[in-house]
Amino acid sequence: MATKSLKARNNDIANTARQLEILSGGIFANGELPTFADKIKETNQFPLRPKKLEILQINLGYMCNQVCSHCHVDAGPDRKEIMTIETMNECLDVIKKTEAHTLDLTGGAPEMNPNFRWFVEEASKAGIKDFIVRSNLTIIRANKKYHDLPEFFKKHNVHVVSSMPHWTRGKTDKQRGNGVFDKSIKALQELNAVGYGMPNSDLKLDLVYNPSGAFLPGDQMALENDFKKALKADFDIDFHSLFAITNLPISRFLDYLIASENYEDYMYSLVEAYNPAAVENVMCTNTLSVSWDGNLYDCDFNQMLNLKVNSKVKHISEYNEALLQDRNIIISQHCYGCTAGAGSSCQGVVA
Amino acid sequence: MSKNYYDAADLRKFGKITEWSEELGNKFFDYYGKVFEEGALTAREKSLIALAVAHTEQCPYCIDAYTKDGLQRGITKPEMMEAIHVGAAIKSGATLVHGVQMMNKVNKLDG
Repeated sequence: MATKSLKARNNDIANTARQLEILSGGIFANGELPTFADKIKETNQFPLRPKKLEILQINLGYMCNQVCSHCHVDAGPDRKEIMTIETMNECLDVIKKTEAHTLDLTGGAPEMNPNFRWFVEEASKAGIKDFIVRSNLTIIRANKKYHDLPEFFKKHNVHVVSSMPHWTRGKTDKQRGNGVFDKSIKALQELNAVGYGMPNSDLKLDLVYNPSGAFLPGDQMALENDFKKALKADFDIDFHSLFAITNLPISRFLDYLIASENYEDYMYSLVEAYNPAAVENVMCTNTLSVSWDGNLYDCDFNQMLNLKVNSKVKHISEYNEALLQDRNIIISQHCYGCTAGAGSSCQGVVA
Repeated sequence: MSKNYYDAADLRKFGKITEWSEELGNKFFDYYGKVFEEGALTAREKSLIALAVAHTEQCPYCIDAYTKDGLQRGITKPEMMEAIHVGAAIKSGATLVHGVQMMNKVNKLDG
């Protein structure tokens, strides 16, 4: 499996304009499948508009210790985009005044940002109700300096959300790299040891499942039951909820779909599974995404496609919540990924 | 007309059978949907049964559909292959158990 990002490999798909061209061409250009805009027009949901802001999602940088095969961020050790302390300070000003009740830190591996701990300490003082850190688990085992992360998370009452594509070693390592499964298991046990994920514990530990190939996730509840049964029986691991997330056809996953000749079938699956009820609660309607350099996006995926918010305010330094909430959300065919079946968001199903 | 008897893209058109016989088609799809709901058997168990039967029926559409369905449910490769062996064992058993009929006939005619 690849150990470098698409960007470092100068892959064609690393160019976001090229990705948008693919998503608008072929079966969508010739009318074989309806565009996302046409589809949501059928149910009078166009243009897509934000509702009340609930979640502020901040990307602390694209650097990661892993190079997962379907990463929509194209993250990896060779990515040098890291949020500076100046931008962090601008984010903190917003965190103090936002109406959002959830702060969601992501990456890359957010812990690899050299100012990560300082930022968490400062942000936790702002009194946000739900403070999420998306941790890839292996980072806890990657270096001695990260070994105490479970204690650090506990101290600041951080809600840990971690990726775990399967309860078996083979499927996990195929997607996330050799050795990832064993390290993830060890990290989960360490999180359990300090109280994370235990029944009735306030220290929340949730897992994220995304399919390992060109198929959609199954029923979230059924998958959660299977994960719980297997992780408990095999490794005595407890966790709270499982979020089933659909792979969106962008970045490395788009590259994989095209290379494996699954692109058209996958887009058909997404369009066939289109659910207008999921559109109602799609995450761009309650989330704002902030990139490592402080730019604002409707969601993490639009960030990776370099589609900044359609608003006068495009940067965290100019933040104005009222103005931002009065905007049309930018859509393309990748949005079908969030409206298939029970829907998909960083918080799991939405319908 | 296609030159092949089977075309993978035809699976997507399965729903169109209702166009030429709406009532029967709809009744079939309602029944089909109901069968695969969670019941006394889990939807996961039903998916594995469907995969095994898809192979014994040698239906390429069903094989495509229930392989993908299994992956979506987190069913593993060994589980899928074991399910197919169950189907294969019944198929071969069904062939071989008729050997008794052959033996009976031989014994009667040439006993």
